[in-house]
Amino acid sequence: MEHLINIFVKAIFVENMIFAYFLGMCSYLAVSKTVQTSVGLGVAVIFVLGITVPVNYLIDNYLLKQGALAWMGEGFANVDLSFLSFIMFIAVIASMVQLVEMVIEKFSPTLYTSLGIFLPLIAVNCAILGGSLFMQERDYETIGEATVFGLGSGIGWFLAIVAIAAIREKIRYSNVPKPLRGLGITFIITGLMGIAFMSFMGIKL
Amino acid sequence: MSTAKAEREPFFSAKTKKLLLGPLNKENPITVQILGICSALAITVKLEPAVVMSISVIAVTAMSNLIISLLRNTIPQRIRIIVQLVVIAALVILVDQILKAYMYDVSKQLSVFVGLIITNCIIMGRLEAFAMANKPVDSFIDGIGNGLGYGLILIIVAFFRELFGSGTLYGYQVIPQSFYDFGYVDNGLMILPPAALIVVGIIIWVQRAKNPDLQEDN
Repeated sequence: MEHLINIFVKAIFVENMIFAYFLGMCSYLAVSKTVQTSVGLGVAVIFVLGITVPVNYLIDNYLLKQGALAWMGEGFANVDLSFLSFIMFIAVIASMVQLVEMVIEKFSPTLYTSLGIFLPLIAVNCAILGGSLFMQERDYETIGEATVFGLGSGIGWFLAIVAIAAIREKIRYSNVPKPLRGLGITFIITGLMGIAFMSFMGIKL
Repeated sequence: MSTAKAEREPFFSAKTKKLLLGPLNKENPITVQILGICSALAITVKLEPAVVMSISVIAVTAMSNLIISLLRNTIPQRIRIIVQLVVIAALVILVDQILKAYMYDVSKQLSVFVGLIITNCIIMGRLEAFAMANKPVDSFIDGIGNGLGYGLILIIVAFFRELFGSGTLYGYQVIPQSFYDFGYVDNGLMILPPAALIVVGIIIWVQRAKNPDLQEDN
C-alpha cells in the first residue's frame, strides 16, 4: 500500500508530466487560456490516462514482451514482439478515446458537452502515449502500480494546466513587453513553475 | 495528363522555395504554429541527441507527408486519423529500430521520446493541414521544410544549453580550462528541464521582436 502511495505522489509532483518531461505541451499551451476549459481537458486526460495505462500494461505483459506469449504454449515462449509496442499502444489509445467518447455520450450528456471537443484531441496528446511508454520503460510489477501511475500522471497534468490557466487569466492585466505577449511569456512562466516544482525532488517517500 | 504537364513548374520555383524555407522563420512549427513542443524540449540538454532527433523527425514528417498525400484520395474521411496514426507509427518503428541498431547510446538517451514522435503534433498537423489536400511532391517538400524548422529550434536550444550547462559542444570541450581555473562555473540551471522552456521563450521573444506581425495582443 505504502509502495502505491509512493508511486502516486511521485507521479504527481516529482515526475510531473509537464514540468519534468514536457509531455502534452501542445494542448497545454493551446487550451490554457481560461480556467474553465482547462479543467475540462484536465479531467479528460486523467480519465484517459487512468484507463489506457493499465490496458497497455496488460497488452505489454501478456502479448508483447519477450516470453509474454508463454501462456499460448511452448512454441511461443521465446517470441518477442516488443518492436510492435508503439503501434499497439497508439491503436489502443485511439480506440479507447473513441470508446470513452461513446460511453460518456451515452451516460452523461452534460459531461460530454463540456468535454466534447477535447476528447478527440487527446488521442494525439503526448502525455497519454508518454504515460504508456514510461510504464513500459519502468517495468511496473503489478497492474495496481500501473493504474496508480496512470492516475497520478493525469492528476499532475491536471494541476499543471489549471495552474497555468489561472496565471494566464491574471497576466492579461499586466504590461508584458509586446514581443513576449502570449506564447513567449507562457513559456517563461512554465519554466519558472518547473523550477518551483523541482523543490519536490528532495522528497524521499 | 497533358494539362498537368503544362502546369509543371521548375523544381526550385518560388512556391517550392516558400514551402521549404517558410517553416524556418515565419511559419516555424515550434515558435509560430505551436506544434511539436512535446518532444522538443526534453532532449535538448546535449547537441548530439538533438541532432539525431531532428534528423528522425525530418525523415518521419517527409515520408508520412508523402505517403498520406499519395493515399489522400482513397482514405475515407471518418477513419483518417487512425490511418494517419498507423502510417506514422510504422515509420517511427523503423526509425527506432535503425537507431537501436546503429546508434545504441543515443537511442538510450532519447528513451521514450523516439516513440513520442508518433504523437508529435507537427506530423499530425502537417498531414491534416497540408498532405490531405496537396500533391505528393509538394507535401514531401513541406514535410522536409517543417522538419527543418523544428530541427533548427531544437539545435539552437541544445547549443545554448550544452555550451552554458556543460561547457562542451557535441561532446568536445569548448570553454578552455583556464576559464575554470579562474573560477568560471558551468551553469547548472541550464541542464535542468525548466531552462529549455526559458530558452525557447527567449527565442520567441527575439523572433517576434524582429517580426512585429507575429506579435499577439494578449
